[in-house]
Amino acid sequence: MIRIAPALFGLAALALWEGLVRVLAVPAYLVPGPLAILSAFRDDPGGLLAALAATLTVTFAALIAATLLGVALALAVAATPLLRAAIQPWAVALQVTPIVAIAPLIIVWVGDPFAALVVCATIIAFFPVFSATAAGLAAVAPDYLDLFRLNGAGRWQTLRLLRLPSALPYFLAGLRISGGLALVGAVVAEFVAGSGGFATGLAYRLIEAGYRLQIPRMFACLVLLGAAGLAINAALGALERWFLTRR
Amino acid sequence: MLALEDVGRRFASGTEALRGVSLAIAAGDFIALLGPSGCGKSTLLRLLAGLDQPDHGRVSWPGAPAGPGEIGFVFQDPTLLPWASAADNVYLPLRLRGIGRAEARPRVNEALARVGLAGFEHARPAQLSGGMRMRVSIARALLTRPKLLLMDEPFAALDEFTRHRLQEDLLAWWQDAGCTIVFVTHSIYEAAFLARRVILMSARPGRIAGEIDADLPAGPARRLDPAYAALVAAITRRLEESHRAAGQA
Repeated sequence: MIRIAPALFGLAALALWEGLVRVLAVPAYLVPGPLAILSAFRDDPGGLLAALAATLTVTFAALIAATLLGVALALAVAATPLLRAAIQPWAVALQVTPIVAIAPLIIVWVGDPFAALVVCATIIAFFPVFSATAAGLAAVAPDYLDLFRLNGAGRWQTLRLLRLPSALPYFLAGLRISGGLALVGAVVAEFVAGSGGFATGLAYRLIEAGYRLQIPRMFACLVLLGAAGLAINAALGALERWFLTRR
Repeated sequence: MLALEDVGRRFASGTEALRGVSLAIAAGDFIALLGPSGCGKSTLLRLLAGLDQPDHGRVSWPGAPAGPGEIGFVFQDPTLLPWASAADNVYLPLRLRGIGRAEARPRVNEALARVGLAGFEHARPAQLSGGMRMRVSIARALLTRPKLLLMDEPFAALDEFTRHRLQEDLLAWWQDAGCTIVFVTHSIYEAAFLARRVILMSARPGRIAGEIDADLPAGPARRLDPAYAALVAAITRRLEESHRAAGQA
């Protein structure tokens, strides 16, 4: 019962929604019912799924870039107090800068629309992986470091055999948050870049449908984005469990 | 083998952890450092291990100084790597010296068997009891046949039954290994049961407040020996005397 509870609740909510829309005769351009949204999707499944694929390509490219950047910066920060002092405040500054404000500049500077979207999404997504990994690398108990020192371990051995494995659960937790943010970043970047010429993503389709008052189609885009977010979260959650039970 | 001469240590925070500590440690001895929390016992152990340096006096090795791996350290926490098996945890000191796993395996298995954990080579720390984890930790420390074994309240977190078994086993391992042990504890009973020399320490700043020779007859009935009870009483009396002296000062 607990396992199917989310599905049952979702179905009940959808039925209630459809019922209310019909009983109150709400026009579809205000709030479309679930069936109208489904038929909007079936009108153009190829176009919407292609747009979803484009957005997901940006998302995954950004997630990979954010992971590499976040782990590299975390290693640099863990290496010496000097680098920590130098890097940490700038990482935070990048994190708190509203991406919507600098996205137009990035799009102009980078030139290539796809690369520009990836850069924007990476800036949004890298911080959780970076800060969680840095915290994990620093969280090794002092006794363990003493143990390694007493046995003559070098920096590289301590990193490989102690710090990196200790940081793995932190890294995976950060990666899961970054996965969701990479999608958010891709959508935000597409919103900003929408008029900039890269017109294939799902977020652009969403705005376009809004302008044309195709509200059911707009909702169909939203549903696809939500489903993609859930799928990314579930996949990274499964990855996390697999790593942590296997090692 | 090892001597502390008028050693003092003050931390950057201003806390004076140790003052005027002089102590000569003979090879093969079993020394208990007994004192309340905050008396600098652990700091003293870290100085002996070379993990920290005194800012007054010196720590000297009149004979050959201990090379890498010749000082074993057992912490209060077993400090096992949670993702590695018992065998891999014991193997760690050799691995850090670049010795291959296959080459080390007989020694690792022998070390685990010696602490009574034959058959648990593949168990993860989470699958072992607290006492078994401490056994793995001791097997790891003994693996490199250290000259000096430093132990920082290793049994403090264990239940009394497990603690008694480990104390008895530790005496046997000490006889086998022929190493020198410096054992930090805040238990009078533990110090009396294990050590040949009990060094009493007092706090703020940490100093040596006295010393009691404690060579109980060996054997399984040691805990029931009247000499053990007399020794516990003698240590308790000395601690109360030094308390009163500190109170008057």
